[in-house]
Amino acid sequence: MPDLLPEIQDIFRDIFDEESLVITRESNASNVADWDSLAHVNLVTAIEKKYKIKFALAELQELKNVGDMIDLIEKKLAEK
Amino acid sequence: MNLHSYSLDELLLKRRGLRRRLLATDGLKEIRIAVLGGTTTNELVDLLELLLLNSGFRPTFYQSDYGRYYEDAVLEPQTIADFQPDLVYVHTCSLNIQSPPPVSCSEDKFGTYVESEMNRFRAVWRSLEANVGCQIIQNNFEPPASALLGNLDAASPGGLSRFIAELNRAVAAEAATNPRLLLQDLNAIAARIGMNQWFDPERWFSYKVANTVEGSFGVATSLNAMIGAMYGRSRKVLVLDLDNTLWGGVIGDDGADKILIGRETPIAEAYTAFQEYCLALRERGILLAVCSKNDESIAKSGFAHPDSVLKLEHFSAFKANWEPKHENILAIAQDLNLGVDSFVFVDDNPAERAIVEGQIPGIAVPDVGSDVSKYASILDARRYFEATSLAKEDLTRAKLYEENAQRAQLEQKFANYGEYLDSLEMTAEIDVFNPTYMERVAQLTNKTNQFNLTTRRYTLAEIESTVSDGRHIGIYGKLTDRFGDNGLISIVLGRVDPNDRSVLHLDLWLMSCRVLKREMEIAMLDAIADRARERGIGTLLGYYLPTAKNGMVKDHYEKLGFSLVSNEQGAGATTWSLDITNYAARSRHIRTMEKVNA
Repeated sequence: MPDLLPEIQDIFRDIFDEESLVITRESNASNVADWDSLAHVNLVTAIEKKYKIKFALAELQELKNVGDMIDLIEKKLAEK
Repeated sequence: MNLHSYSLDELLLKRRGLRRRLLATDGLKEIRIAVLGGTTTNELVDLLELLLLNSGFRPTFYQSDYGRYYEDAVLEPQTIADFQPDLVYVHTCSLNIQSPPPVSCSEDKFGTYVESEMNRFRAVWRSLEANVGCQIIQNNFEPPASALLGNLDAASPGGLSRFIAELNRAVAAEAATNPRLLLQDLNAIAARIGMNQWFDPERWFSYKVANTVEGSFGVATSLNAMIGAMYGRSRKVLVLDLDNTLWGGVIGDDGADKILIGRETPIAEAYTAFQEYCLALRERGILLAVCSKNDESIAKSGFAHPDSVLKLEHFSAFKANWEPKHENILAIAQDLNLGVDSFVFVDDNPAERAIVEGQIPGIAVPDVGSDVSKYASILDARRYFEATSLAKEDLTRAKLYEENAQRAQLEQKFANYGEYLDSLEMTAEIDVFNPTYMERVAQLTNKTNQFNLTTRRYTLAEIESTVSDGRHIGIYGKLTDRFGDNGLISIVLGRVDPNDRSVLHLDLWLMSCRVLKREMEIAMLDAIADRARERGIGTLLGYYLPTAKNGMVKDHYEKLGFSLVSNEQGAGATTWSLDITNYAARSRHIRTMEKVNA
């Protein structure tokens, strides 16, 4: 499976309207400016739309950083 | 930039960037909106903001904290009042219902549960009316996420489905009698999307957003249309192509007897249904016009077809020739005295759509495709013709324009214009603002763009306060002639100078274009001067504030004999003065009825 990080970074750049934003697997709500609960809703929705997946309630609670998000997306895509 | 070319996914993803670009647009109208939510409203507000920017508004929002619509409105209304909103939107959903009847509820008790729930909402509206005093939009309720009793849920007094249906009926009854309260039909929005695509339990439990993104977008789209309608920005004219739009086939090639219309084939039925849809629009006040590349007499023969629902007399303008369509549409706009930004153009031909859209800024050209069975639903979904109320004027508008066409024919027969005006046998009723016409007055201030000296918009509440504060003289004019009643068509609002009570500032002077060149403005001047002199006023000060649309009244005050006082208020704004100490009535062609109110 290709590395999803660049694509996820593009989503972040669009959502935050910040062309030079750099995202790593360790990025999380405390070290990315503007990543508040409202932006989180937008991010999750955008990712669900892009990959045509739907996160379950329990899965959403487990996400601690971008790395978790990518792993979860890969898992959901593999299940499809 | 036009948002219509973006998918919802793209809108969500690129929202901040789109917002940044739209905010750079010139001439956006400021609007302040308080959103009181029973759910988290941020996503809805984000989408609404984009749509409003795209419609020419620059919104500023106040949002209640999650779920605090009742507390904010009833217990702490001052916070909202301090925000000074133009509009309060109360966004609640079925999950916010607090006193549903128990399953065991009897038929006798059912009504008390409805009343109890309604009283909570009435308290919200009453408090907003008393403390904030602006327009309120309240949505009704979508069906419940689950129907516990199955089909019985809709019939039993203990069923939530029936309870919600009853609440919706009660909210509609309130909105129908209270002009300050507008109903948003959330129930229909959710139904069109489909309840399974509307409700999203994960989002509800995680973020307290009750519905899907598609749901939020549906609500935002509908709200955008309602706000446009409040400010008179709804579309007024539907311009239609003929071949393969109003009937199947090419009339010039196939002949009038071979076009597809009527009930004989499925395709003919679909064209008939679309014609019926257009006729229904006309009956609620939308003007119809034809713009077709055709020979005029051949084009007209299509409406003589016995199965054609639409007849020639239903069209307020008819252009069938070989000139480019955008030129014809501009000519139609001139004939009807309406701006092209109130036009919607429907054509099955994508090339014609593209050129019209490209050549005429502001016209709406929906991509209707080429399948006639879809035209009506596509037009419906874009909500071009949204109205906040149906005034009597709306229901008779098409007829008025028809009468105008007859007047134009008559005009050609007279030696001089005065003789023509006399032949119209015009009678005016001019009077101070009174409760019967308050709504129409407010409506006119918001939708008149061309004959409008200052283009100041007033809410119903603001108009009402000009009567109660004793510092204003506001008059309306109605005009009847031998062809019919033009309705309430002119308003002049004067404000007594607080420092010099002999001076009246004319804050507003507007007139509907359907009575242009009838000397109604002279009759209005007589009336305002008369009433001003009764109050000891000696000077009228008139103002012209130029906009993109009101060039036609640039010389209004000069023509009425006012003298120029200054033109230094910036780009083209002028101030005019008229001494009325010895004013004598000037109107010669309009008989004015005795005034009823002082």
